Amino acid sequence: MTVQPVILWTDALVFLLVALAVLFAWMARGREHLRAPWRYVARSRVGMASLVVLAVYMAIGLLDSLHYHPLLPKAGDNGHGPRHSAEIVSLFDAIVAPLRERSEKTYSAPLAWRLYAKESIERPDGTVYRDYPRLKYGGAHLKEPAREWGPDIRRRMALGLVKAAVIWAVVAASLALLLARRDGIPLSVMFGRLARGETAIPWRTVLATLGLVLAATLVVIELAAGYHVLGTDKVGEDVLYQALKSIRTGLVIGTLTTLVMLPAAILLGIMAGYFRGWVDDVIQYLYTTLSSVPGVLLIAAAILMLQVYMNNHQGAFNSLTERADLRLLFLCIILGITSWTSLCRYLRGEALKLREVDYVQAAVNFGVGHFTIIGRHILPNVLHIVLITVVLDFSGLVLAEAVLSYVNIGVDPSMNSWGNMINSARLEMARDPIVWWSLAAAMIFMFVLVLCANLFADVVRDAFDPRLRNSRD
Amino acid sequence: MMAYIIRRVLYAIPILIGVNILTFVLFFVINSPDDMARMHLGVKRVTPEAIESWKREHGYDKPLLYNDRAAGAARFTDTIFFQKSLKLFQFDFGLSDSGRDIGYDISQRMWPSLAIAVPVLFIGLLVNISYALLIAFFRATYIDFWSVVLLVMMMSISSLFYIIGGQYLVSKVLHLVPISGYDTGLAAIKFLILPVIIGVVGGIGAGTRWYRTLFLEEINKDYVRTARAKGLSERLVLFRHVLKNALIPILTGVVVVLPLLFMGSLITESFFGIPGLGSYTIDAINRQDFAIVRAMVFLGSVLYILGLILTDISYTLVDPRVRLS
Repeated sequence: MTVQPVILWTDALVFLLVALAVLFAWMARGREHLRAPWRYVARSRVGMASLVVLAVYMAIGLLDSLHYHPLLPKAGDNGHGPRHSAEIVSLFDAIVAPLRERSEKTYSAPLAWRLYAKESIERPDGTVYRDYPRLKYGGAHLKEPAREWGPDIRRRMALGLVKAAVIWAVVAASLALLLARRDGIPLSVMFGRLARGETAIPWRTVLATLGLVLAATLVVIELAAGYHVLGTDKVGEDVLYQALKSIRTGLVIGTLTTLVMLPAAILLGIMAGYFRGWVDDVIQYLYTTLSSVPGVLLIAAAILMLQVYMNNHQGAFNSLTERADLRLLFLCIILGITSWTSLCRYLRGEALKLREVDYVQAAVNFGVGHFTIIGRHILPNVLHIVLITVVLDFSGLVLAEAVLSYVNIGVDPSMNSWGNMINSARLEMARDPIVWWSLAAAMIFMFVLVLCANLFADVVRDAFDPRLRNSRD
Repeated sequence: MMAYIIRRVLYAIPILIGVNILTFVLFFVINSPDDMARMHLGVKRVTPEAIESWKREHGYDKPLLYNDRAAGAARFTDTIFFQKSLKLFQFDFGLSDSGRDIGYDISQRMWPSLAIAVPVLFIGLLVNISYALLIAFFRATYIDFWSVVLLVMMMSISSLFYIIGGQYLVSKVLHLVPISGYDTGLAAIKFLILPVIIGVVGGIGAGTRWYRTLFLEEINKDYVRTARAKGLSERLVLFRHVLKNALIPILTGVVVVLPLLFMGSLITESFFGIPGLGSYTIDAINRQDFAIVRAMVFLGSVLYILGLILTDISYTLVDPRVRLS
């Protein structure tokens, strides 16, 4: 045993979500009516391109969800066997360890080799002068930075592009080989089809997107080996590292919020529509009451109460990470409570319609139990609504996290999130010269994720709701 | 019609009671007043006497639901539930934890909120509807395609970015208007221009896209085809038929948010230093002033329910078919 794994609450739920997705995919495999909409998604160029980008985000998020206590360096082996640090890190932290560990003294601009502000520096002979001090890590390998900096950056970018091109070529060639073998046609014909974009699934778009992603990633990797690609923040932490770590927070908020609200929304919504009468009245009363409290205020009130609770029960948390994690989970639950009502209302309406459908009436008359009818006939017929809602809500929740963290009622201040980055960057904009890189990094990472999520959600909605598809064209 | 309105208003009462109980549970049952006192006083110098005196100062030194030391009706009235929660129904918000009269503060601070929220709503409506009509006129062309691309991109940008970027560009680089602040009377205009513009621009993405969908749905209906078959020009079809009918969902969507305009916008107001109800709420959250947050939760719910009632009424006014059911 080298490491001691830790499963945080949100980790467990993230993997539960992955398991559910796999299960759903496996179930849908053999059913034509479930496969058809996904085939529509797979044939959409926009859908596949955004899916490639989303997959990169998800991969980082999942790697960042595998937590463990790292092994302490063998300081004094006193017969206790391996010792573990109290700190919790993730697999992703281990992969990008250089980014995490190489921190500077304070702000430095992207790709800089010296600090952002002048300082008094002592020469070896004892005289003192004021200049921008060199960074400890960023550009430390340069002997004469003023002259070498430009060529070094260009060399690294070129190297990154070459590497990306090689990887991309290998991927593209193996894809062509696979497709050619599957269709039983010569490789050269397959290459031609790929290049002209004549395949059913838009592989050309996928490869193009993949090429862009690879190029960006490898250039950043090459540069990050010697510089802080997106600069450093006030305490000298690498901004790129913070932005990458924030991915998990964004994804967790976007997905778990809907996951925790789904059971209640589905159950209550269907029951209200199916049973009608007093059940309907009670459930309608419940969600009207909840939805009439403005969301932000309910979240604020709940988070304030959580802070009071955590302040008074500090012993209940083993570490800062666990505490931040529980707050994140709680935020998801609260966001879920404020957002389940619209889905519930929607499902109620749908169930009201479905209970009058002939086959449901027939089942009732045959004496089939209510819950069997709900499970067999009603639930499968509203699942597409659930799916559309989940996908459509995602981007809004990612954006909401930033706003809530800005108001201090979002995730824990110690947790990496785009909202916290923006929140701390707000004062940096007033500095002279301005410190723009934290803000820009958070905005760009968030923008790419939300844009892809929005585009993908549109495709999914069109695929599962043919009525909309027709009226939109 | 009158009976319908009365029924709707009566239906609101149990919901408000529900909200009231919800806030009561959230603020007093999950965490006792003792916890709140400890939070405010800081963990280190907490003595039982200090907690007691803090609770006495703020009126939290009563039992939650039933006071067995009082006599008669006071057994129920001299409790936290009655004093702090039920009094909200009279719009008696009491004193904030820092000792100010919440009701007075709200009445003073709602005007700056309205000064931003109302122009944002109406200018935004005008811009979004015009743009959406333009897209509908050029539907299925490159204008349509690239507009939708632009709108989706605008939707994907965080509202924080519009504010920070707008402030930086307009106030700091171009020096056109002050970065933040507020003034009384007409002098306030120069402080209001930027937040209003940013509010409108930030809403274009989602708003125009939604209206575009509404217009396109309407355009595909039979009566529009009839109108075209009669030989009406595309312009007449759009303005006289499509716009009129699509305005029904647009108007009801606007009516629902009208009362909530009083609450202001949390983010905009705090960024621009405008003394409205939004920044009032944010300050209360940051100072952990429970009395203000509680009052705002209740006020927000009242306004939301008012919005729902107004929506129902406006529906019956613009669409006679609804009145029958």
